[in-house]
Amino acid sequence: MIHQYKNNGFNIVLDVNSGAIHVVDDITYDIISDYESLDKKGIVEKIGKKYDTVDVSEIEEAYDEVNTLEEAEELFTKDVYEDRVIDYTKRATVVKALCLHIAHDCNLSCKYCFAEEGLYHGKKAELMPYEVGKQALDFLVANSGSRRNLEVDFFGGEPLLNFQVVKDLVAYGRELEKTHDKHFRFTLTTNGVLLNDEVMEFANKEMDNVVLSIDGRKEVHDKMRPFQRGDGSYDIVTPKFIKFAESRGQSRYYARGTFTRNNLDFSKDVLHLADLGFKQISVEPVVAPEDESYALLEEDLPKLFEEYDILAKEMVERHGTDKEFNFFHFMIDLEGGPCVYKRLSGCGSGTEYLAVTPSGELYPCHQFVGNDGFKMGDVWKGIENTDLQTEFKGCNVYSKPECKNCFAKYYCSGGCAANAYHFDGNIRGNYHVGCELQKKRVECAIMIKAATAED
Amino acid sequence: MKHIKTLNTKRLQNTVKKGGCGECQTSCQSACKTSCTVGNQSCENNK
Repeated sequence: MIHQYKNNGFNIVLDVNSGAIHVVDDITYDIISDYESLDKKGIVEKIGKKYDTVDVSEIEEAYDEVNTLEEAEELFTKDVYEDRVIDYTKRATVVKALCLHIAHDCNLSCKYCFAEEGLYHGKKAELMPYEVGKQALDFLVANSGSRRNLEVDFFGGEPLLNFQVVKDLVAYGRELEKTHDKHFRFTLTTNGVLLNDEVMEFANKEMDNVVLSIDGRKEVHDKMRPFQRGDGSYDIVTPKFIKFAESRGQSRYYARGTFTRNNLDFSKDVLHLADLGFKQISVEPVVAPEDESYALLEEDLPKLFEEYDILAKEMVERHGTDKEFNFFHFMIDLEGGPCVYKRLSGCGSGTEYLAVTPSGELYPCHQFVGNDGFKMGDVWKGIENTDLQTEFKGCNVYSKPECKNCFAKYYCSGGCAANAYHFDGNIRGNYHVGCELQKKRVECAIMIKAATAED
Repeated sequence: MKHIKTLNTKRLQNTVKKGGCGECQTSCQSACKTSCTVGNQSCENNK
């Protein structure tokens, strides 16, 4: 399978099944388009008519280069992975990551919050007791098999509303590392309201990653991330986040925003964050039901594509300067990226990755929390709804009809099961707006690689 | 090559034999929480 496109003056050819990425000249771009339907003679004839100033020997030379790459399995490579990936997904389940909902409560009232201001369809605010968190870590270690690297994300609501339990659980995790030869990678997500020097010092010592929720320009941030009383949070959190990012040496964190229909010109928000000095930025599309006024709709896609293009070009401009920054959704690891199993077997929700509520219930991921039909068990008894686990385990690129022929399948792994469920009624479905944005981001990310490889 | 510049040397088909150890990061634990992105992740065995 081939995906070819033109972006920012580059002719890019992605050989989907090998992952090889080629930048080609105009005649080669056209040769590749016709390569599977015409023979050499037919192609030389057709290309010769289109480019009447180009010598036939030049076209033949380009054709031979394409042929050489085909033989080297770097163009028109076949998909030989399906049986292997299906076998792989049948392997014994181990759990390697937990999203701990340390607080189902929040001190902000963000309008797009899928957690409903931290309550997750619950009726009252709830903090996770230490004993529940401790049992969750025991559950994780007991079910992690031979996996050494385990991930625990302190999530909410707002985790800093329950900071003492976060600290106590990290201490307990460090004990477990010694007794069980494991390595915990902790992540803290925060809205910044309660962030202070003590939290920063602790997080810089213990957290592999921190996710700082900030949307971009003040008016954009304040509109969607107000306090309950209605005033915005930008002025309170921004200086603290800047200090926090600096104190971590501008690494191992993300300034993480959400864009909505209210700011379709979101490239300005990304650049605002970059101009504040943030070097690790992730600004992502809101996922919301279509009847919400801020939801992204199909009709917004052309404008959003344009914004991704603007952003990508600006990142190329800034490459190698002190204004350079990373944008999470444009990051692509061309040399050390994941193996094909990882790329095709889905995100791991409901199998390797589980969410834990404050009372210790297990869900396939944070986005299913509060939906009773997706309750899988609890941290004491473990997974009881094994049918649900099997359903999630079988969810991979090959089980999703719309993914099979998509060029981006090796980059999104079949997409988010929760989005598929919420928009298509089925975890093996697709969230079309999300898919289109993902494809555009892959194209931009590759273009950036092409542009910066020329340096 | 004169007409084609290849940007990367790693080939997915070469990861079939040795891949699948499962030690790599879980997609959602990085920053997303609302989508799924694996192409930007690193293989633990290459570190």
